Amino acid sequence: MMSLQKATLFALYAVLELAEDTQRQLSASEIAERYNISTNHLAKVLRDLGRAGLVESVRGAGGGYRFCGNAKRTTLLDVVELFEEVGAGPSNGIVQETNAGVALGQVMDEIEAITYATLQSISVETMLKLMRKRRPERKLPTGLFRAV
Amino acid sequence: MVDAAQDRPGYNLVFIDDHKINIRPAVKGDLPPVVDLDERTTGLRKPDYWDDLFVRYGNRKDSRFFLIAEEGDTLLGCIFGEVREWEFNSVPCGWVGTVSVEPDLRMGGVGTILYREICKCFRHAGVQKVRTMIPRDATDLMSFFRAQGMMAGPFIQLETDMEEEG
Repeated sequence: MMSLQKATLFALYAVLELAEDTQRQLSASEIAERYNISTNHLAKVLRDLGRAGLVESVRGAGGGYRFCGNAKRTTLLDVVELFEEVGAGPSNGIVQETNAGVALGQVMDEIEAITYATLQSISVETMLKLMRKRRPERKLPTGLFRAV
Repeated sequence: MVDAAQDRPGYNLVFIDDHKINIRPAVKGDLPPVVDLDERTTGLRKPDYWDDLFVRYGNRKDSRFFLIAEEGDTLLGCIFGEVREWEFNSVPCGWVGTVSVEPDLRMGGVGTILYREICKCFRHAGVQKVRTMIPRDATDLMSFFRAQGMMAGPFIQLETDMEEEG
């Protein structure tokens, strides 16, 4: 099972939450409260997303963050790779000099390649469609990825 | 040109902004522009392949569908697919072979209206599920099918280089 680092998961929450309504501005604390995550950690993640041009901060009363990327063109991989590497080569800890290590490496590479292709093929807009399909339940997407 | 305003799956008239786009089953005369479009999108010219595909897909109009999108006399894109029954022990479902759209028009909705129309054909043929298979590095194509709601299915494609006998 793929595990995402906390910062990556928080970034995905923020991007998807803000991209749902690009006119809406939400503060870090509002998003953090919704997902029951650390406001300080999320604030740092939002600054990284801002530097990447995916969100922008709006100052003043009612200010906050809003999505300013291209939902059709921005993929999950674009967001994930801001915080961690995907498909970065042989899996950590596998001893490549042994036959077992080489064989295990091949299997792990296959898994990595599928993960990479999957994240690369799903845009923010496609995710929003998936979220809208689930809207009647209004479940928080905590089961989508497991944070470590 | 076949009139698209027929109330049957495989025929449709769709407006995208100011463009009036006709969807209809391909006819023999569509093959030269289809071959040209395929060459522009894949870099390979395969007239024999398309001719063979047209013959095969023209024989079973109830389960094989080869549709084109055009504006006036200009081809904008094409899609083909078929209903396959019990392949890989699967209940009958629609398979999209490929969808091809004029490169300059991509992300403009032409692929989507072709996809929706072939899905109507599949539903009319009695199936509820649609599948396709895409090279892992064909990112644009995979994104297109993802945007239509497709997710990874219950099958995994496996292959190997066959070893020499001996």
